[in-house]
Amino acid sequence: MSTVGTETIEGFSSSREIAQSARDRLRAGSVVVLLAALTAIPLVANDYWLNAVLIPFLIMSLTALGLNLLMGYAGQASLGSGGFMSVGAYATYNLLLRLPELPLPVSLLLGGVISGLVGVIAGLPSLRIKGFYLVASTLATQFLLEWLFNQYGWFSNYSTSSSISAPRLAFLGHDLSSPTGRYLLTLATVVVVTATAVRLVRSQTGRTWMAIRDMDTAASVIGVPVSAGKLKAFFVSSLVIGIAGALWAFAYLGTVDARSFNLDRSFQVMFAIIIGGMGSISGNFLGAAFMIFLPILLDHLGSGVFGGAIDPGQLENFQKALFGALIVWFLIKEPRGLAALLSRAWTQLVSRINR
Amino acid sequence: MSLWKQKRIVSKAVGLAALALSAAVGTSVSAEEAKTQYFPLATFRVGAYASSGIPVWAGEIDYFRYINEVEGGINGIKLVWDECETNWEVEKGVECYERVKAGKNGSPVPIFLPHGDPISKALTEKSVADKIPLVTIAYGRTEAIDGRVFPYSFPVVFSFWSEASSAVNFIAEKVGGKDKLKGLKIATVYHDSPYGKETQVPLAHLAKTYGFEDIQIPVPHPGNEQSAQWAKIRQLKPDWVFLRGWGVMTPVAIKTAAKVGFPVDHIIGGIWSGSEEDVRPAGAVGKGYLAITPFPAGANFEIHQKLKKYILDKGLSDLKDPKSFGSVYYNSGVDEAIVAVEAIRTAQAHFGVRPINGEEAQWGLEHLDLSEKRLAEIGATGLQQPLKLSAKDHEGGGAGKVLQWDGEKWNVVSNGWVKSDRDLLLPLIYERAAAYAREKGITPRDATN
Amino acid sequence: MSFFIETLVGGLLAGVMYSLVAIGFVLVFKASGVFNFAQGSMVLCAALTFVTMRDKGIDFWLAAPITLTVMVLIAIAVERVVLRPLVNRPQITLFMATLGVSFVIEGLAQIVMGASVHELDLGIVDTPIEIGGVQVSQFDLVAAGTAGILVVALSIFFNKTRVGIALRAIADDPQAALSIGIRLQTLWQIVWGVAGFVSLVAGLLWGARQGVQFALTLVVLKALPVLIIGGFTSITGAIVGGLIVGAGDSLAEIYLGSLLGGSVSTWFAYVLAVAFLLIRPAGLFGEAPIERI
Repeated sequence: MSTVGTETIEGFSSSREIAQSARDRLRAGSVVVLLAALTAIPLVANDYWLNAVLIPFLIMSLTALGLNLLMGYAGQASLGSGGFMSVGAYATYNLLLRLPELPLPVSLLLGGVISGLVGVIAGLPSLRIKGFYLVASTLATQFLLEWLFNQYGWFSNYSTSSSISAPRLAFLGHDLSSPTGRYLLTLATVVVVTATAVRLVRSQTGRTWMAIRDMDTAASVIGVPVSAGKLKAFFVSSLVIGIAGALWAFAYLGTVDARSFNLDRSFQVMFAIIIGGMGSISGNFLGAAFMIFLPILLDHLGSGVFGGAIDPGQLENFQKALFGALIVWFLIKEPRGLAALLSRAWTQLVSRINR
Repeated sequence: MSLWKQKRIVSKAVGLAALALSAAVGTSVSAEEAKTQYFPLATFRVGAYASSGIPVWAGEIDYFRYINEVEGGINGIKLVWDECETNWEVEKGVECYERVKAGKNGSPVPIFLPHGDPISKALTEKSVADKIPLVTIAYGRTEAIDGRVFPYSFPVVFSFWSEASSAVNFIAEKVGGKDKLKGLKIATVYHDSPYGKETQVPLAHLAKTYGFEDIQIPVPHPGNEQSAQWAKIRQLKPDWVFLRGWGVMTPVAIKTAAKVGFPVDHIIGGIWSGSEEDVRPAGAVGKGYLAITPFPAGANFEIHQKLKKYILDKGLSDLKDPKSFGSVYYNSGVDEAIVAVEAIRTAQAHFGVRPINGEEAQWGLEHLDLSEKRLAEIGATGLQQPLKLSAKDHEGGGAGKVLQWDGEKWNVVSNGWVKSDRDLLLPLIYERAAAYAREKGITPRDATN
Repeated sequence: MSFFIETLVGGLLAGVMYSLVAIGFVLVFKASGVFNFAQGSMVLCAALTFVTMRDKGIDFWLAAPITLTVMVLIAIAVERVVLRPLVNRPQITLFMATLGVSFVIEGLAQIVMGASVHELDLGIVDTPIEIGGVQVSQFDLVAAGTAGILVVALSIFFNKTRVGIALRAIADDPQAALSIGIRLQTLWQIVWGVAGFVSLVAGLLWGARQGVQFALTLVVLKALPVLIIGGFTSITGAIVGGLIVGAGDSLAEIYLGSLLGGSVSTWFAYVLAVAFLLIRPAGLFGEAPIERI
């Protein structure tokens, strides 16, 4: 019994492969254009856009990608994302602090690997527990990790407040601590990880994961290595989420403590992939945009339109209620997420142009 | 895969948000507004801590209105403010800071009040880069007292270390002198978070100095169930309990203490466990509870009479519940506003009467001198302690009053302001600041100029 | 030894408080298969509605039925507007939808009733009494008694009344139940209404314990491990799970906490729950779903 989303992945079916390759070329073209645009953004965007909107959006997308690999592809739901982010952040911090000779990308990757290994341990119960009970068991990981980093001063180099802050971010002699530097670091990481993830889900590993997701009992009967597949999914997912956590700590906030990675963060990531679309790469970006942009947009609209006229407390509570209502509305209206919605729009657009 | 779609959604969102932004800022730039002082307020009106925050903004806004309405602004420069909701979350706090830091309609940001311990920590370095001083009254990083390492962080008035030390000194006052502290058991029941742990180092140091036994009992967040912690207290039988809570933890602690029969008049709440919002939900068992605070409650200070006459009675107050007038949190807002206004005034005296930017306000803060005389002029005698800041001392005060809850309101029971042992603790604080500077590669400023 | 017993008893009584919240989850889960995260905000909403009326001077015996009506209406609205359109969706989607609902309830409740902290006095004395040398809180004893009465009432409701029997039929085999003419949607609404009632009871007792404030919503975090241990579908399980979690947390905080540095109760219940799951994947009293290929 699969409890998580079971929609098929675009392009998975072999009968569409020819059409797919044409679409791929088109897409590759737009990806190049998009990347150029994203790289050029610091030329036009101010600090606010970089620091408060785009950087968190990119990192949230990466976190969502990590969870989507586990949940959307391998069918293992988890509410431990915040915990894995904190492992990545604290591990990277300690690597940067204690092994300063390592280049930044290596520290980031190693921090991710450590998070991935923790993910494997946290994933062990998945070999026996399924569905919603598994979600509940990942909460143990979430709370245990939050406690761990708050409790033991070693992880934060005995700072008075158990918080960690980024040592100088530099790579190949370039200082990356400016908003532009941090943005480009984040963008580069997101591009590299996303490209790798796309290759991975189209490989044998990805097919194993989808077999597990769609029917794990059946998959094991026909000889799919279910246990290894699940643990691998936990490893890769936690690795990606760990890297995202390190970026969240150092490229976005600068100084954090474990509470930045609490259960609310895990919920936020889960919302991002359910709203964006499970089992879809683009869905991560769409879902992250929904979760990061929408509250900010509501806030700006609220203070712009009603500022001064309505009691600010009422306004804030109204925004919260509205945000909740929009989430519910999307879940009801679009079961397959924003990715499917846009995919339909795209297909319609293409067919109209072709005509 | 379809990153193209992402581009579309991004551009769409960018467009929409830009629209919203222009709507937000679009209230035409008039010539008059360039002569106003912008003062953004980070607030939390939603979420678990909103009840603590709402009276604070009321105190702040009421004082700002008073300055504008009665005094015609700070030397004629009127204050304008807008709010940004942080939910008391780091991420939203950072977003607010980034949103307001460039100023508004040409008026710069003089001071940012983060209103939240984790937010203030996340902004420590950003504020240096942007040259905007963070004023964190009775919270924030204690080491930031050393302004040579932390030029833009101002844990003004009463740091957590001073809080702990003053609490111990109050106990000494009660038992008849510091020499009587020897052999006492003082248990600190704290919110298990970075904030809660801040007092472990100073208390250990003070315990060694005075010879009392220092017991530390953590309460996990949010603190809505504490039977285990108080069973332990019943077993260890401390003479005093120092309660450092936040939010729901405080009333639950008071109630659970009553359940195990610990005398409530031997519990001293910390700064964030000492408001009406903390004791009222505890009900009758809270009667006799003590709290140390830099914001003594009361509506009889001179400034309150002015606020009542010119703001409350004219219906200009931001307070929704008039009962909160003169409450601890309301007064903390008034305190914060006084410090901010006086720092701007000091900066104006040096740089000229005009809207002040962050760098100038930083100078103003480091040269702030709230003497008894100045406090009397403001009408804040007894409400705010005398305060003198410098580059080497971003705290300045370091004393608190102890209040006791009589079931209806707070009464001051300490002998005036209870001073902390700043001379004893400052070397330790400087040491920690120096360690921070080493870790981050900061060269401390020369404090002589 | 008496310290151990006191800690244990304190923990068990706290556990009953968790059970009270957990029962609300079990009811909804049995009927609609949803883990209703909004139960926490319903507890807050109930307590807030009640205390706001009490503060306005409305009599207890009038405030209680009005609050109950409000809660039942909210519960029915959630069922109709949110859950019915989401039927047959993955469980995690339903769960996240109820999280969205909790934002709506919390936001609206605070718009209408404000964000201040209220004291709630139910008139229950809370001085400790000694029973055989062990100190026990009177308030907690009353709470435990209330929980007991609630469980008995609910089991009578589910075992003896027509509605209850129909509900069990649905839980056993929805297709068969539908084919013999049981009206599913009416039943859902009844159960959601009862869940609203349970959240009122939980809201009052928790509100009296810690004051009526936003933090009431956080009680769900402790109800979750209770459910995992007891099983999502059993009221008895909720009680037993609550006792295990309450006692476990208290003892762990004292004995494990002194080894590890405290605050272990943030995760102890969850780790305990995982341990239970590894032995019995459907909880102590839960029913394991049968897998068909």
